[in-house]
Amino acid sequence: METVTGSRRATVTLPTDEQILITREFDAPKHLVYKAWTTPELVKRWWSAKRGEVTIAEIDLRVGGKWRYVMIASEGFEVGFHGEYREIVPEERLVSTEVYEGMPEGEALDTLTLTESDGRTTLTLLVEHSCKEHRDAHINSGMEDGLQDALDLLEQVAVSLR
Amino acid sequence: MARAATTADAFNAVAEPRRRAILDALAGGERPVNDLVRVLGIAQPQVSKHLRVLREVGAVDVRDEGRQRVYRLNGPALKPIHDWVKSYERTWSARFDEMDAVLEELKQKEQGDGDGDR
Repeated sequence: METVTGSRRATVTLPTDEQILITREFDAPKHLVYKAWTTPELVKRWWSAKRGEVTIAEIDLRVGGKWRYVMIASEGFEVGFHGEYREIVPEERLVSTEVYEGMPEGEALDTLTLTESDGRTTLTLLVEHSCKEHRDAHINSGMEDGLQDALDLLEQVAVSLR
Repeated sequence: MARAATTADAFNAVAEPRRRAILDALAGGERPVNDLVRVLGIAQPQVSKHLRVLREVGAVDVRDEGRQRVYRLNGPALKPIHDWVKSYERTWSARFDEMDAVLEELKQKEQGDGDGDR
């Protein structure tokens, strides 16, 4: 494997109580990253994270249009997510709602941002929980000033457990 | 991803900044309560209250040493939090790695189509 993949590591941070921020750099221009993100047959190839097979990837890419992804995990269970597009700036910004079908009462707002520099693209995905029940079901529940410092500590703790 | 609707879990225990400060202090080794009171700069009853919450979820252990109560960190109780974020990060890392392969293909296809401009 190329060593360059090491520099493309995804980072996950928790900027506030209700947010999750995912960042990753790609060695490709943003119009291709956008294409990979919004084309059903391409989404089917990456969204499962190698943990199963994406059986449904529906994308109605217009404001008010719906999306739905379903995966059959290798262990046999089915995982589904769906939502609605709220804001679309092609190749730059995509805002949509996201509902985990295992917990349909909760809804998050996802903002995808793509910025290109020298043919490389930085992708950021901000996941904001709008619903308390949903938020409480996740790690960032009840956090008063973000979890990052706790995580820094826990990282050390976990390392010592290995 | 879902967890029980209870306040007595590790997630709730680290939600409070003072409790994280206690965990931080204990990460360097065990300490008696008086020590924690001094480090945190808050009154003993409050420190004790936070220690009780941490003990309930198993995040800290306590032992008596003479007339002192000595607390220490119990890492495994906090591992679910670490695992949750790590598994989330792993999922997205794996997705993005798959996307790299897709993008490589798109790039080659675009170059094959002509001058690379759309």
